[in-house]
Amino acid sequence: MLAGTHSQRSFKRVNEIIKANGNQKSALITILQEVQEEYRYLPEEILTYIATVMGISPSKVFGVATFYENFSLEPKGKYVIKVCDGTACHVRKSRDILKALRKKLELKEGQNTTKDLLFTLETVSCLGACGLAPVMVINDKVYGKMTPDAVEKVIDDIIESEGIVNDQR
Amino acid sequence: MIKDRGDLERAAAAWREEQKKCGLKVLICAGTGCVAGGSMEVYRRIKELVEAEGLNTLVDLDKHGDSKKIRVSPSGCHGFCEMGPIVRIEPKGIFYTKVKPEDAEDIVEITLKKGEVIDRLLYRHPVTGERYIEEENMPFYKKQKRNVLKNCGRINPEDIFEYIGNNGYHALAKVLTEMTPEGVCQIINKANLRGRGGGGFPAGIKWDSVRKENSEIKYVVCNGDEGDPGAFMDRSIMEGDPHRVLEGMLIAGYASGAKEGYIYVRAEYPLAVKRLQKAVKQAREHGLLGENILSTGFSFDIKINKGAGAFVCGEGSALTASIEGNRGMPRTKPPRTVQAGLWGKPTLLNNVETFANVPDIIINGAEWFLGMGTPNSPGTKAFALTGNIVNTGLIEVPMGITLREIIYDIGGGIPGGKEFKAVQIGGPSGGCLTKKHMDLPLDFDSLEKAGAMIGSGGLVVMDEDACMVEVARFFMDFTQKESCGKCVPCREGTKRMLEILERIVSGNGTMEDIELLEELAITVKTGSLCGLGKTAANPVLTTLKYFGDEYLAHVKEKKCPAGVCRALKGYSIDPEKCKGCSKCSKVCPVNAITGKIKQAFTIDREKCIKCGACVSTCPFNAVEEG
Repeated sequence: MLAGTHSQRSFKRVNEIIKANGNQKSALITILQEVQEEYRYLPEEILTYIATVMGISPSKVFGVATFYENFSLEPKGKYVIKVCDGTACHVRKSRDILKALRKKLELKEGQNTTKDLLFTLETVSCLGACGLAPVMVINDKVYGKMTPDAVEKVIDDIIESEGIVNDQR
Repeated sequence: MIKDRGDLERAAAAWREEQKKCGLKVLICAGTGCVAGGSMEVYRRIKELVEAEGLNTLVDLDKHGDSKKIRVSPSGCHGFCEMGPIVRIEPKGIFYTKVKPEDAEDIVEITLKKGEVIDRLLYRHPVTGERYIEEENMPFYKKQKRNVLKNCGRINPEDIFEYIGNNGYHALAKVLTEMTPEGVCQIINKANLRGRGGGGFPAGIKWDSVRKENSEIKYVVCNGDEGDPGAFMDRSIMEGDPHRVLEGMLIAGYASGAKEGYIYVRAEYPLAVKRLQKAVKQAREHGLLGENILSTGFSFDIKINKGAGAFVCGEGSALTASIEGNRGMPRTKPPRTVQAGLWGKPTLLNNVETFANVPDIIINGAEWFLGMGTPNSPGTKAFALTGNIVNTGLIEVPMGITLREIIYDIGGGIPGGKEFKAVQIGGPSGGCLTKKHMDLPLDFDSLEKAGAMIGSGGLVVMDEDACMVEVARFFMDFTQKESCGKCVPCREGTKRMLEILERIVSGNGTMEDIELLEELAITVKTGSLCGLGKTAANPVLTTLKYFGDEYLAHVKEKKCPAGVCRALKGYSIDPEKCKGCSKCSKVCPVNAITGKIKQAFTIDREKCIKCGACVSTCPFNAVEEG
């Protein structure tokens, strides 16, 4: 069941998160991070709800959510692939890795998430594992010294492991 | 519970006593790099085998007391990421590289049981072929001086007693029981510890300013938002020796009169966050954080904040704004952070590495620190060495070392026998240094003179295949995306500079573009509000200065000398070499190659899509790029 439906949401989990972090304005970023962990993105009605509960204007909550790169207002895939394009990876040809992934995931120009919401492809500036350049990270698991062939295999393995639990692809 | 200094010393002595009972200690690197290479699997395998063999182990040192023979433990980053996963065997100092889970059996059978060294796992010098058993003798480590990183790779970062046993928290005990806050500031000032985050501002002066501020509430903030592409020193310290950072902050808290500390860590460093959280929890449990520390009446606590992905948050006032839960935007100064920082209160803000330097300065004295490095930049500096270099990894060297020593002695030179071209130092705020800077001492002042800066300490080496205009474009792309948009010079200036650079690399640049680029660079440098904009032009200015000919080649001849810029790549057939076999015209997907058999063929550049099929097909190497 994907958390992407815009039907009746229960705000139970959001309430728990707000409560656990205290209702101070300084906790806003932490709260947004935890909500995003829960839903894989920041649904609009939840942002307005957070604003109401915390007594902050919705514009401020949106302002914070749009300022930081890690927050997404669009639904993301189950597997978020971050290809590092920091200096060291760039020098060691991270662009080829990106190209191979776009091709493998059949992503069109301007599209970053696969239709079945399984993968989202992003670039990040330096993951700090430069010794292993070029690097990609899938949901916090680091893959070092990548080649176009190696990333294909990683994706195939994920699809295969998913196939066992669901055969949507 | 460690109630006072006596308790602390007893805990350290007990730990050391414990060590004596151990025969061997197997340390498996658990830094981000080695974990990505599968080191945790190696750790599990060795642990299983040692347990199955009944070689009495004490794994995960939560329990102290029993006398044991062999211990298996994860450790922090050794710095030699290129050779990971790394396994060290103490006290022999055996250093195994590129260890795979299937090597675990041999390690247990041959090294742990028989005490023999496994030849194939030893480090082999790529050029001389020489093998090294101990880390100390390897060229990569020989010229280094590891002070801040001395525990990284040697202790288990998730065990507070390992840190205490290695003199951890002793500096804190010393300042709390023997020194006044003023005295602490004086020592730091005398040692001339300069901010390791890149600015090089004297930490002692900063601490003293906060101390003199008249306010009930003050804060200590640790900047762990290491956003520079190509830098990972702070990450390795936070992951490999988190308690050292906490101790530095505690001492800063005592010296400045603050009771609360915050560590702001990049969201991209989940492992560092985890280790710091664990360290804070353990320090609280044992009474080294919280109320009445070591029964001296001093109270201090630390919170950890995760960043959310904004490079600008490495700037002091943007970082404090982010902790407050706002958009991370810098503000105009004065007032400076020391007067009005976090929530408008006096705030002592230093980088991770700066805090990590503090405990040793307190224990060994200012003179000891001044004995390393150069008179104006004493001490050591950690650098992340990456790019086109044989030994990538994390190094710590005395300030004032030359680029040549770092690149050739420690880094092992450029792979593939290629020629060194440039090194980008200090990330997007730094600049490019060239061959002629090879013997320049690396310290705060001499780099500033060369138009670069130490910055956080990222060193990205580039060989002859790098196009410097593309490098400048790459950095401008980064800063333009990361500009927070508050001030016009940076918001608009970086955007326009990026557009010009994109024009140049796509072959549409003009001579006026180069002039305008330089003019814009100077405007952005002078007019921007914070360090991000003030330094954004450095890569452009230094590449213009040292590699002006590459810019000219792109603009005038429409050529990329390094052959990187795709738009400027083109193929032509050398009529001398061409035998007219027509193989190339057959593979050309767009029919751009024409000619008569046994005569030289030609390529129509208008039609050519630069796929390169003809190059690999030609049996006579007649197709040339350029």
